Amino acid sequence: MSVVERPRTAPVISTRMLRSELRLIFGRRRNIAGMGVLASVPIIIAVAIAIAGTPEAGEGPTFLSQVTSNGLFVGLAALAAELPLFLPLAVAAISGDAVAGEANIGTLRYLLTVPVNRTRLLAVKYAAILVFTVAAVLLVAAVGVLIGLALFGGGPATLLSGSQVGTAEGLWRLLLVCGYMSVCLAAFGAIGLFVSTLTEQPIGATIAVVGLALISQILDAIASLSPIHRFLPTHYWLAFGDLLRDPISTDLVLTGMLSAAAYALIFWTAAWARFAGKDVTS
Amino acid sequence: MTTGTTADAVRSDRADELVGAADPAAGLAVSSQGLTKRFRGGQVAVDRIDLAVPAGSVYGFLGPNGSGKTTTIRMLLGLIRPTAGTHGLLSQPMPARAADVLPHVGSLVEGPAFHPYLSGRDNLRRLDAADRHADPGTAKARIGAALDRVGLTAAAGKRYRNYSLGMRQRLGICAALLQPRRLLILDEPTNGLDPQGTREVRALVSELAASGVTVLLSTHLLAEVEQICSHVGVMHRGRLVAQSALAELRAGSAPRVHVTTTETVQAERTLTRLGLRATARDNDGLSALIGSADPAAVVAALVHDGVPVRAFGVRAPDLEDVFVGLTGEGFDVSG
Repeated sequence: MSVVERPRTAPVISTRMLRSELRLIFGRRRNIAGMGVLASVPIIIAVAIAIAGTPEAGEGPTFLSQVTSNGLFVGLAALAAELPLFLPLAVAAISGDAVAGEANIGTLRYLLTVPVNRTRLLAVKYAAILVFTVAAVLLVAAVGVLIGLALFGGGPATLLSGSQVGTAEGLWRLLLVCGYMSVCLAAFGAIGLFVSTLTEQPIGATIAVVGLALISQILDAIASLSPIHRFLPTHYWLAFGDLLRDPISTDLVLTGMLSAAAYALIFWTAAWARFAGKDVTS
Repeated sequence: MTTGTTADAVRSDRADELVGAADPAAGLAVSSQGLTKRFRGGQVAVDRIDLAVPAGSVYGFLGPNGSGKTTTIRMLLGLIRPTAGTHGLLSQPMPARAADVLPHVGSLVEGPAFHPYLSGRDNLRRLDAADRHADPGTAKARIGAALDRVGLTAAAGKRYRNYSLGMRQRLGICAALLQPRRLLILDEPTNGLDPQGTREVRALVSELAASGVTVLLSTHLLAEVEQICSHVGVMHRGRLVAQSALAELRAGSAPRVHVTTTETVQAERTLTRLGLRATARDNDGLSALIGSADPAAVVAALVHDGVPVRAFGVRAPDLEDVFVGLTGEGFDVSG
């Protein structure tokens, strides 16, 4: 008699659990409402400018003055406006909920006894955070582009370095910006995943992680602290502007991606170290 | 044995080896040696327990609330780490072999827990999707059959948050039945159920047991143990104070005579002369095992010896008395 024979040999890689996780995230009303808020920012920007007219260059948030010259800039302006708080908040809500949310309602114990290997659970949770992050960034950009082109049309887009490019090149640059922001926010999501393994209160985890993003941005703004700036998790986030120069300046962007990779690796490992041997008493 | 050429053959070779290696616990669906859990702060929730749940049994894990049953179950399933001791499930060491053993184990731990905003059926889909061994092709049929088995088919589309306590409990049991299991570990499965639901769950457990599934069922209800269990382990303040087949425990509770009298010295002499063993004095007289003696003859002998017999009785202690004797506390015998 052998108990080792399994009900069914497990496939080496299956996306079934990840798909279930994504259905859970994107099907949840709270998250749909949150994505609605993310998508509303480009709409508000576009409508406000369409009604009130173009702000002077240098007035208001970045890219706002260029919106009427090319609708693509609505997407960029919205991303730039949401990067300090709205996007981190969205990622923190999902990542803070990842483990703490399951612990909070008790479903964690049933997932673990299915059994789901704890490392695999963290991997699936993080993969879902990545998908959500990319989706959130693309959502803001896409809504911005659509309403921008609808209200202001396409046209020559002036890059930060002064040269003008067409709509196709502009779209490509916007995609690069989306990619870079996703990388930055995905690293931030790893911090959220780690904090999520520390508590059974998902809201607490979310607030802690958002707080961290804000404190990091405050420290980043204090010039006398410049020696530590490059170690702050949000320090390189604004480097996305370099992707809008001609030619693209890659120094900061690459350093930013390296910083993001380091943060992701450190905090994913910390989450694993914390969770792999943790007593699940929820 | 020749070396297998196919992957299957290799796997089964290894399996045989491993089953052989875990021999000490062979024949036991659940076993533990010195299993202990001390929480931070020093409180000992489970204290050196040696569980032995025979394969095929319905094992009643009985104890008052707070006696360490749920902590033990969490350790058995690998949710929390023992401070000391070892344990195994289905003759395999845990938690080392958890990935291979747990697919055969269905469990209900400290009440059901599901996503409140998903329907019952979607919650089951979620659990099934998390199971690497589950065949997605049969998921719909398996979920349907499990829902049917616990009588939840009609409510399967309702959100979990709108479920009554009894429906939640059923969904919990339902989740444990998504796959064919060899062991079910059910923590207080009738909690919150109305009398009808309680009867149905007990019938379901008996039915599963009859099909060969081993069931470890924790409860604080003695009646539940008496109705459906073949074996019992009694927990008291973190210790396993008794463990045996229920029939054995009943046999151990032999009838005793009780004599209410002031002349206990003379009465004891008489009872001893008649061959009654295990005499014990108490407040108002004394008692002894009646054995094969005729109660009428015992009364006659006592009166003949001049013992003022104010009352006389023969009583077979029920299981409750046995447990009260073991734990010094009563059990909730309702339900």
